[in-house]
Amino acid sequence: MKVTEPKSGATIPETFPSPSIGVWQHRHVLDLDDFTAEEIELVFEIADAMSEVLTREVKRVPALRGKTIVTLFYEPSTRTRASFELAAKNLSADTVSLDASKSSIAKGESLVDSLRTLQALGADVIVMRHSQSGAPYLATQHLNTSVMNAGDGWHAHPSQALLDLFTIRCHLGGLAKLKVVIVGDILHSRVARSDIWGMTTMGAEVTLCAPPTLLPRSLAEFISYCQIPNVSVESRIESALEGADVIMPLRLQAERQQSGLLPSLREYIQLYQLTEERLSLAKPYALVLHPGPMNEGVEISPEVAYGTQSVIEEQVTNGVAIRMALLYLIAGGRSK
Amino acid sequence: MSEKALMLSDDIERALVRIAHEIEERNKGSERVVLVGMQTRGVPLAGRLAVIIQGLGETTIPVGSLDIGLYRDDLSSLDLKPVIHRTDVPADVTGKHVVLVDDVFYTGRSIRAAMDAIMDLGRPESIQLAVLVDRGHRELPIRADYVGKNIPTSIYEEIKVYVKEVEGEDKVTVLTPDREVTDESN
Repeated sequence: MKVTEPKSGATIPETFPSPSIGVWQHRHVLDLDDFTAEEIELVFEIADAMSEVLTREVKRVPALRGKTIVTLFYEPSTRTRASFELAAKNLSADTVSLDASKSSIAKGESLVDSLRTLQALGADVIVMRHSQSGAPYLATQHLNTSVMNAGDGWHAHPSQALLDLFTIRCHLGGLAKLKVVIVGDILHSRVARSDIWGMTTMGAEVTLCAPPTLLPRSLAEFISYCQIPNVSVESRIESALEGADVIMPLRLQAERQQSGLLPSLREYIQLYQLTEERLSLAKPYALVLHPGPMNEGVEISPEVAYGTQSVIEEQVTNGVAIRMALLYLIAGGRSK
Repeated sequence: MSEKALMLSDDIERALVRIAHEIEERNKGSERVVLVGMQTRGVPLAGRLAVIIQGLGETTIPVGSLDIGLYRDDLSSLDLKPVIHRTDVPADVTGKHVVLVDDVFYTGRSIRAAMDAIMDLGRPESIQLAVLVDRGHRELPIRADYVGKNIPTSIYEEIKVYVKEVEGEDKVTVLTPDREVTDESN
């Protein structure tokens, strides 16, 4: 019997060499500044498998059975918290969610005491959000439990940055040589900071576009001190958007105007809103991302937010897959 | 360690052709058959079986790949967790005869995990198992429906399957430790 060639329509999956688990060196996920390109690729590979799980009718696999994942939020959040909890549940972990305003924290318990209590209760991973930059780093000094930073102050939001990167990769195949433009309140944005680390590590060029009052004052020194390649600043949105592959407007918080950083909201809208007209200056297939929550009509026009180039809703779905991958990488395997 | 070849390219091809015929016979044709290869080497083997079965009849056989990493029963005791690859089963498995394809059949634990994974995708009419090599030492009450070659082994030996798509050549070898350690040694 001779083996025949497949008839047309036969689907034979190919196997590809993929990154090995050995590249993963993290017990905590605090920021992307200490992530290598190989580690980020590994997260993508696993997130890709997780996104298949999310397409199933029953979105649950037993990978983290018996593990306990606690979400501890000192700041309001809807999507990040829901996303982490769903991710944990999809992996069959038990979840406990603590809201700082409704727990002993409201009675004055210190952060470290709260964390120690959670560890004593058997948490395998503590997912925390805190208004102080660096709070999760403090947590790691007092705990044996793994810590996942779900946003600290203005500093870092690694899972959001990874889902941004993953969404771009799903559409454009990768990040190398892409021009990414981040527009808006860079000064107060932990998402922008983590995105800069992640995107430049993966070889993208990042252009930051904002009025000077919404840029960190020592940005240029920081970039040269840390030798971050391919980051530039451009204050005019029209020139920033030229040739862009990805555009990410950031939320403009209304309080910024009161604090005197902006002369008026109307002026900001006129100069920086991502409109269809401005979007046409970018490459024709350019993607529009937004870390949410959006202020439609402020940093982004509704036509762009819900237009054909927007992948904002996909970011939310990808967020669950990315967080499943991160929880698997941190909590899977033997408990330490 | 000494390595001895047990099957060469021709042996593997003959075994696959025979298994393809057995799958056809057992399922009275191949209309409702879905082949699912287990990562890594089961995937190309499933693809080859599909090509052979398609050569016998007129139907196109859906071929999928399955990663059982998320279903392993030893996940919480492993130091190094496995990389998880995308599971890609192109057809709805409900009402189908799903044939799992793997290279080496050993303890049966990965087949148990694979059955759980398939059940999560739907409710197949039956799940069958095709393996290139059965080396014995089952730890669970699971058996194979189609076997390329039975190779009785000692647990100190290692069976290595090479496939063109991964290693660049087709063969099955056994690795034997130089000094045989026996169970009765103490």
